[in-house]
Amino acid sequence: MTRHTEDDGDAGDSNGTSEPSGWRDGGGENAGSGGCGCGEPTPGVPEAGRDEQPSIFVPDDGEVPDGGAEAASDADAVGAAERAATDGGVESASGGGESATGGTDSTELDPDAYDPVDVFPGGDLDLREGADSCYKCTSCDTSCPVAEVDDEFPGPKFQGPEQWRLKRKDDHDIDESITSCSNCMRCDDACPSSVPLSQMHNEARGQFVERQMEKLSVEYIRNRILANYRTSASLASKFPRTASFAMNFGPARWAMEKVMGIPKERDFPEFATETFREWWKARGGAQVENPDKRVAYFHGCYSNYNTPEVGKAMVRVYEHFGYEVMVPPQKCSGTPMFANGMLDDARRHAETNVENLVEAIGEGADVIASCTSCSMSLRQEYPELFDLHGIEDLAEHTFEALEYLRIHEDLEGELDAAGGLDDERAFAYHAPCHARNQGLSRQAVETFRDVDGVTMEDVGDSCSGISGTYGWKEEKYEKSMEIGAEMFEHMEDAEGEVGMTECPTCAMQMEHGTGYEIEHPLQLLEDALGA
Amino acid sequence: MAITSDVLVVGGGLAAVTAAVSAAREGADVRLVSHKASTLRQASGLIDALGYVPATEPAKPLRDGPPTAGRELDPDEWPDPEGPLADPFEGIDRLPESHPYRVVGADALREGLDLFDDLVGDAYRGGHTDRNALVPTFGGAVKPTARYPAAAEAGLASDDRPMLVVGFRSLTEYDARAFAGRLEAAGVPFDVAGAEVEFAEAFRADAKITRLAKALDHDEEIDGTPAREALAKAVSPHLHDVVDESGGVDRVERVGFPAFLGDDEGDEVRAELADRLGADVFEIPMGPPSLPGLRLEDRLFDALDAEGVRFETGNPVVGVESASDGRVEAVAVDRKGRTAPYGADAFVLATGGLVGKGLDSDREGVREPVFDLHVEQPDDRYEWFVDDAFGDQPYARFGVRPDERCRPTDADGAVEYENVFAAGGVVGGADAAREKSASGVSLATGLVAGRQAATEANQ
Repeated sequence: MTRHTEDDGDAGDSNGTSEPSGWRDGGGENAGSGGCGCGEPTPGVPEAGRDEQPSIFVPDDGEVPDGGAEAASDADAVGAAERAATDGGVESASGGGESATGGTDSTELDPDAYDPVDVFPGGDLDLREGADSCYKCTSCDTSCPVAEVDDEFPGPKFQGPEQWRLKRKDDHDIDESITSCSNCMRCDDACPSSVPLSQMHNEARGQFVERQMEKLSVEYIRNRILANYRTSASLASKFPRTASFAMNFGPARWAMEKVMGIPKERDFPEFATETFREWWKARGGAQVENPDKRVAYFHGCYSNYNTPEVGKAMVRVYEHFGYEVMVPPQKCSGTPMFANGMLDDARRHAETNVENLVEAIGEGADVIASCTSCSMSLRQEYPELFDLHGIEDLAEHTFEALEYLRIHEDLEGELDAAGGLDDERAFAYHAPCHARNQGLSRQAVETFRDVDGVTMEDVGDSCSGISGTYGWKEEKYEKSMEIGAEMFEHMEDAEGEVGMTECPTCAMQMEHGTGYEIEHPLQLLEDALGA
Repeated sequence: MAITSDVLVVGGGLAAVTAAVSAAREGADVRLVSHKASTLRQASGLIDALGYVPATEPAKPLRDGPPTAGRELDPDEWPDPEGPLADPFEGIDRLPESHPYRVVGADALREGLDLFDDLVGDAYRGGHTDRNALVPTFGGAVKPTARYPAAAEAGLASDDRPMLVVGFRSLTEYDARAFAGRLEAAGVPFDVAGAEVEFAEAFRADAKITRLAKALDHDEEIDGTPAREALAKAVSPHLHDVVDESGGVDRVERVGFPAFLGDDEGDEVRAELADRLGADVFEIPMGPPSLPGLRLEDRLFDALDAEGVRFETGNPVVGVESASDGRVEAVAVDRKGRTAPYGADAFVLATGGLVGKGLDSDREGVREPVFDLHVEQPDDRYEWFVDDAFGDQPYARFGVRPDERCRPTDADGAVEYENVFAAGGVVGGADAAREKSASGVSLATGLVAGRQAATEANQ
């Protein structure tokens, strides 16, 4: 019997309008196997898209949250309204009682239980605490790959806490330089005070795009297309060979650079002739059933449309360890949208992802991603930026694919027993920035270091420079290559002639800069285990 | 539970690296887990051992009562620290008995320094002698230090050659003329002049120090001139700025720059500048973020890799996962919201002090957040400090109290966990800022903690 096979992840763009999303179509014996269905709530499954409070990036016009908040208890509604007044430091137009600092008027305070700190109502989404924690040590600036090559970029400290303070005043625009931040999130990792720098950047970028960016500008349209890669990829994958040719057709690329600002130097990735989801459906879904060991695979766009071999490796490796793999419907993780300030788009995709992945978690699965930016997004950026029901649950249950096996399985023992590779192979490994931030920068090196026949060399801690869509912009291309130069050099110096990384866009950059073929650690793991 | 090792080191600074390497050299399988990017990048890159022996008692006894009872006390009643010491080892006996050096012994410091010399190779100087060197720091002070980067060598204060110090308007925290003035006021045995030159003006007004270093590394063109040449050209008009006591003008023999002369290619950048200027070139260690610190971090983490130590940064250790019979079996590592157990036979805690956040404090008390170890402190918060800012501040010595094997002890002096060892800033008893002993304490306790953890794990 097979389950979780229906390939409906490419359903229409607006959530839940068309196809049923019942991906548990095979087994009627499952509890609640009617699926989440459109419009019909399943008990215990959170509904998507119903905010409990407004998200922080949406300009607050003094609206008191409606919809979801009305349904909530009075206490919740009051809490939400208070937060709405202070979130992001935007003053409420209707709130005559609010002070300029975002605090509530003292008349609202209960004089009997007055505490000075009540003047500054907090709340999960208030970034004041983060701004206050910054003591200007500039560790973030030192670790910023963009500031290292770009004289015009004022650095993460300015973009985060300093700009956050500035924009608390109504008449202060967000500095345009926020669009030069590549969202590599290295500043988060560097900050000794745990200032939520990337959260502040995402928020500021969202506000900039929302309020200050010309929506008819070429830049906006280009960014929107880049950010919504999934949409283009979905279309292209209908005619993969034609698309691969057309996208890299010289005169077309020249035109794209001139009209859209997409650098002609870049090669568009090839589209697979069979997407991962098509393969998954054709193979009849999961080959292993195991109610005790289940994972829901978040494949992301790239391993679906471009490198399905990564997804296949993930499935085979996990089945080798006896896991039942689920492949819930899903959209883009939102990473390219965060990086382009397209938070409305990201939120729409997040709603679908949270809904479907939380449902899988309800069935005992942990969520596994093979792209480190995807896992970063589900784990950290979602709960930082959105307030969807179940989002914390998803964050807690999300892991990177290799990370999960290292925690739950005796991977080294298994690799030892498998006896290594038949032929010697050497790899130049680059740790993506988003792997670094999850503490995963060394996992591939460690995992394969002792495997017979494998030479794994870490090419150092420089950023690859492409940062998702960043290196896909004509005006950023040179900088992107400048940042990546160190990595290219180290790759050339390494023994291996094959590159390795978890991040699809880092892989593009590695290939672009060195001409090397690039693999994902899961592919090597598949080979080494004979899975 | 699959993430296990013989020894798990918690932390990412000098003490953690020292502990990890010394445990690995005892044959243990070692893993190092650090929450954030290493604090080494905040450090000056200077390795001090013991520069001063500060007084722990005021010259005149305070009147009865807790330390703050001396509110009216004249700060001058505190005697000056003894030093700068020429030899860090000869001062150890005069430190308080609870000082980490007294607890682990002077040999631990000596061996810790040897280990450091071995790990950094020719990038550092000072290993040929027990004596402290006097290295000028960017505030214009002269710091007694045991080891210093090769890049700082030509700047030693004991050298009597005339010196030019170069500054840049855009580096606001660094004023070359004030620096030169303070050095002269400190009585250095040479003539010194400071000059502000135009070079960094080619970059944005608040250019990052890494931006300048990269430009020099790659010899980028600045307004059509390669960066190294442009910098040398900016400096050369000032090579005769030094005026000696008799009014004569000397050509300087050495030129000091803020520490941004390249990152990966630092040696090459300095050599080329020296060649163009006809004078030795050196770097003056600066405050954080510091390139000497970053370079040291790179070197030490490469050394970890070479020693076979596994390491990861990005996730904090948040507490003990399981413990029994006075032993810890696993700690909990927070992986973006969910904790994962990391098991080991022995653990080294090297998370730093109050600044490094290995100790946590609020109005109620000071805590060690990972193992919840005992931190010795007066119950009354007003006894944590004394009024004289430069006096013997009790809070400066807060930390866990180790036994001679570096195992933290409870309030009664009994070992808390048989297999937990502590090293570096989290260890109390030293007033590192006044003594100039932070690196030495890290090296000495790191060495002992790492070795003892390996011994414990091998049992």
